[in-house]
Amino acid sequence: MYQAIVFLPLIGAIFAGFFGRLIGARGSEVITTSLVLVTMPLSWFALYQVGVEGHETRIELARFIDSGALQTSWALRIDTLTAVMLVVVTTVSGLVHLYSIGYMEEDPHRPRFFAYLSLFTFAMLALVTADNLVQLFFGWEGVGLMSYLLIGFWYHRPSANAAAIKAFIVNRIGDFGFALGIFATFTVFNTVQYDTIFASAPDQVGKTMEFLGMQVDALTLICLLLFMGAMGKSAQFLLHTWLPDAMEGPTPVSALIHAATMVTAGVFMVARLSPLFELSPTALGVVTFFGATTAFFAATVGLVQNDIKRVVAYSTCSQLGYMFVAEGVGAYGAGIFHLFTHAFFKALLFLGAGAVIIALHHEQDMRRMGGLRKVLPFTWAMMLIGTLSLTGFPFTSGFVSKDAVIEAAYAAHSPIGMYGFVLTTVAALLTSFYSWRLMFLAFEGKPREKPDVLAHAHEPPWTMGIPLVLLAFGSLLAGAIFMHFFIGSDQTAFWRGSLVTHGGEHHEVPLLVMLTPTLAMAAGFAVAWYFYITNPLVPFGLAKRFRGLYQFLLNAWYFDALYDAIFVRPAKRLGQFLWKTGDGTIIDGIGPDGVAARVIDITNRVVKLQTGYIYHYAFVMLVGVALLITYFIFAGGGLPK
Amino acid sequence: MTISLSHYLTVAAILFTLGIFGIFLNRKNVIVILMSVELMLLAVNLNLVAFSAFHGDLVGQVFALIVLTVAAAEAAIGLAIIVVYFRNRGTIDVAEIDLLKG
Repeated sequence: MYQAIVFLPLIGAIFAGFFGRLIGARGSEVITTSLVLVTMPLSWFALYQVGVEGHETRIELARFIDSGALQTSWALRIDTLTAVMLVVVTTVSGLVHLYSIGYMEEDPHRPRFFAYLSLFTFAMLALVTADNLVQLFFGWEGVGLMSYLLIGFWYHRPSANAAAIKAFIVNRIGDFGFALGIFATFTVFNTVQYDTIFASAPDQVGKTMEFLGMQVDALTLICLLLFMGAMGKSAQFLLHTWLPDAMEGPTPVSALIHAATMVTAGVFMVARLSPLFELSPTALGVVTFFGATTAFFAATVGLVQNDIKRVVAYSTCSQLGYMFVAEGVGAYGAGIFHLFTHAFFKALLFLGAGAVIIALHHEQDMRRMGGLRKVLPFTWAMMLIGTLSLTGFPFTSGFVSKDAVIEAAYAAHSPIGMYGFVLTTVAALLTSFYSWRLMFLAFEGKPREKPDVLAHAHEPPWTMGIPLVLLAFGSLLAGAIFMHFFIGSDQTAFWRGSLVTHGGEHHEVPLLVMLTPTLAMAAGFAVAWYFYITNPLVPFGLAKRFRGLYQFLLNAWYFDALYDAIFVRPAKRLGQFLWKTGDGTIIDGIGPDGVAARVIDITNRVVKLQTGYIYHYAFVMLVGVALLITYFIFAGGGLPK
Repeated sequence: MTISLSHYLTVAAILFTLGIFGIFLNRKNVIVILMSVELMLLAVNLNLVAFSAFHGDLVGQVFALIVLTVAAAEAAIGLAIIVVYFRNRGTIDVAEIDLLKG
């Protein structure tokens, strides 16, 4: 069964990818979608079997790399954490496949699109079922590649190509650290197998290793290097710049890859390696710091964005920060719980945004929306559910998991925990504001669309509607249903060591702290209501008065400009130098091209001998014969006399 | 005056030289070149016949007959080529035939 979950999407991808022309667009859609949809109930069943009944397994499929001490096998490690991720990946992927049938209806390259989607699903499943770091790295790079291909799916758009390359390169930086982390793990533990690492990790506490000529704590170093990979993949502060640009891809891709699954790979990895991270308080502090900073930073930028997808993208970035905060303070269960619920409501928001975009003929600018509630009541309802869950309306999924994160940060009773608590609470306020701003700008007020666009706006077809409805159920109920498994009283029995739980000890947090996120949400809603419903002119006034701040936020704290100045332009200048001077002048001028040019010069002179007149050739022939005869007569042909 | 072998050879040499000059002094047309080639061939034939008579060996004369046959065939082919060339290019002027020019 577990093999089927992992490999069915691969089979679908092969069919659609290699035989897409044979079976046609419709055939590719049906095959990939149905295969992924088959894995969906299997995964839920797996979660039941593993999480509730406790049947963990390890299935060895093949040897992978055997080289000296490096022994890796291709194995499926099925424990609760994996089962949870299987559910997230296959559920969202299946629904996104179904949704894409409607969304991509007019695209001529559907077989390619569905092949990519299925191949991505396979890579993600390989990542979450990995049994060792090398296999994890395989999946890690696989999802990165598919992300690149899908962001650049509309390759005729220069902006999509640029975004795809940006995503790839920024991820390379993170993956560089990640690869170093794996190397360091192997150096220290002499294995890349999870179980062996976890078993011997406590012995390594306090030991040091040499890095860049310094003696540093081995475990902290490993954790920080691995976390660098997580920062790249999960778009954390400093390495976040690729995620907003990744919105150039089709919207279902944003929902699947850049909201629900791939970007959470970093969160998953930290949870998977939680026995390791748990031994390094420094590394955990760093995780919290970056998580909290990202949560706050991305939320502030989300306040002023005008592109509907960019708002949701920054929101994703911010929510990923929440997950890292939870993990940084040791509440891995809460982090994964937020990942789980976030997958539902963020996929719902993205797919809902996609429905709006399709209805308005690929209009993404919220300044040209408005009044859509009456035109698209179904989409409005879906987006409303997603927004309620994201902002943490009481008893929705987002409320349960986000509060768990914030409370865990408070309960850590450490300076870094307080930092996380304050920033995530502020971010909750900001989240509420920008989410409701999105809702009000798009669905309320006077229509700002062109009349002909508005006249053609229509509700999505059933292929897009069903995923929305199912995700809406998840957004409302998943939190309440699964709360006691993930973070509640049953958590130790549920996780059973697949990640570190500090089960049993119930954190006593003051009532005020428990109410803070809800109060923040209400405040954000009130401000958004005041700004965009009662006094729509206020935001313009504020933007004009705090022009510097507004521009600062609109340009995402000028990170792109900063990186452009520090890295991109010097790299381009170096490339220009190597191209023009190194390659053009030196290699081409003196090397191959120089030699070739001299040969051509000589030939041009020789070629003038060829007049083309028969009598010239005849004359040369005759002279030759005459010379030859003369030679034979007088020298005897060189023969000995 | 008896006509000795050297007289024949001298005539043949003169004919041969005329043939050579005919090839590369002519600026008119290709047929002249073809005729010059024939002339050179005949000069050689004359040599063969002369030597044959001088040595009293008939093989040389038989060989000359074979060469004449071949020369006839060669002339036919040569003229055919010229006709085809004229059809294609509309001229057989030697100065215009320079497709091999580099």
